[in-house]
Amino acid sequence: MKRYRVLLMAAVVAVLFSSCGYNTMVEKDEQVTASWAQVENVYQRRADLIPNLVNTVKGYAAHEKETLTGVIEARSKATSVTIDPTNMNPQMMQQFNQAQEGLSSALSKLMVVVEKYPDLKANQGFLDLQAQLEGTENRIAVERRKFNETTQGYNSYIRKFPRVIYAGWFGFEKKTYFEAQQGADKAPEVQF
Amino acid sequence: MKKIIILFIALVGFTVVSMAEIPERPSPQRLVNDFANVLDKEQVNQMEGALTQFAKQTSTQIIVVTVSDLDGYDKADYAQRLGEKWGVGQKGNDNGLVILLKPKTQNSRGEVYVATGYGLEGVLPDAIVNNAVVDNEMIPRFKQNDYFGGLAAGINVIMDIAGGEYTADNYQEKVSAGSGGGGSIVGLIFFILIFVFLGRGRKRRFYSPGSSLPFWLAMGMMSGGGRSSGSYGNFSSGSGSFGGGGFGGFGGGSFGGGGAGGSW
Repeated sequence: MKRYRVLLMAAVVAVLFSSCGYNTMVEKDEQVTASWAQVENVYQRRADLIPNLVNTVKGYAAHEKETLTGVIEARSKATSVTIDPTNMNPQMMQQFNQAQEGLSSALSKLMVVVEKYPDLKANQGFLDLQAQLEGTENRIAVERRKFNETTQGYNSYIRKFPRVIYAGWFGFEKKTYFEAQQGADKAPEVQF
Repeated sequence: MKKIIILFIALVGFTVVSMAEIPERPSPQRLVNDFANVLDKEQVNQMEGALTQFAKQTSTQIIVVTVSDLDGYDKADYAQRLGEKWGVGQKGNDNGLVILLKPKTQNSRGEVYVATGYGLEGVLPDAIVNNAVVDNEMIPRFKQNDYFGGLAAGINVIMDIAGGEYTADNYQEKVSAGSGGGGSIVGLIFFILIFVFLGRGRKRRFYSPGSSLPFWLAMGMMSGGGRSSGSYGNFSSGSGSFGGGGFGGFGGGSFGGGGAGGSW
């Protein structure tokens, strides 16, 4: 008799788990992890492009040493910050964001410097790299947006009634969004 | 009362802001969507025919969208969102491609962007799209207001490069995996051809104009029959009548921001 009761309990628990949305929570949690991996992936892609870019620029503009070193330093800083997606918190996210932003601004400085070298700008290899870099920036924007969308889906799922009551019991907590760049809402200052 | 009025204004304000939306998927689904009216009817039909043929044989869906305004989006962003929203390409393969064109007007620049789906990023890297398609083929013609010519020339190059990456055949295989059967000799030949072509495609990463016989053309010839009147790849064949969705409909492909574009 006792064995039947255990079996019955197991069945009830199984039904409860699947109907209370536990499986969906797991699924959505995994989706967030996967889309974070994709975000890091595209940032890595950008980092991988940089040695090539620096070498190409160096060939034409060797005395822009400061800018080039700035890019390399920012790159090593950006690649050293990684996030464990199963254990994300706002501070880590901000750190990651800051490091990547540092690289973005170093790169944009480099692109300004490059304007002074018409030979470099006519170089096919450089044009290809520039196209790749632009494409990578687009990919970063897309993957960040997709990450925020999946995070939003996850967050609003676990915070809705009735799941809001028991989501925490299983360790499902609200996840952090990828914030827009600090200062991106302000128009850039133009100085003449 | 005042509060209600404020609320009302706020609501209306929000609706205005959210007006700037990517266009909905057309119904019936078409591959050529000339919202900006830069092509005439015959050109649209011709292009639709060529792209439909290509989509049928390779399952790779190339769409052309012209808009008169980007609604404040960046062109890359617009093309990516549109491709994702419409689901261009096959799910799983993500082999869709969006050509977005905003014609030049008196007070704004012309913009073009070619967005590649995840699955085409390998065969069509950004640098190739930028160099072989946008800079070499499209922009010089767009500068002379030859929108059809530019699009057609760009599409030809894309077809030439991407023609072998996916085939309707191996897509079917992927979709109906497990439902084995019908291993005819024709299937075997196709299989060998695919392998031969894949081997060649790898080496041919960098596009050289005027290369060998395109794969889909060879396939078209093999599958025999009536399509012998010129290759659709060069837009020389006359167009038939193409009903909407002749290419089988968008399959839910996804875009990751790959591609390249330019302005003039």
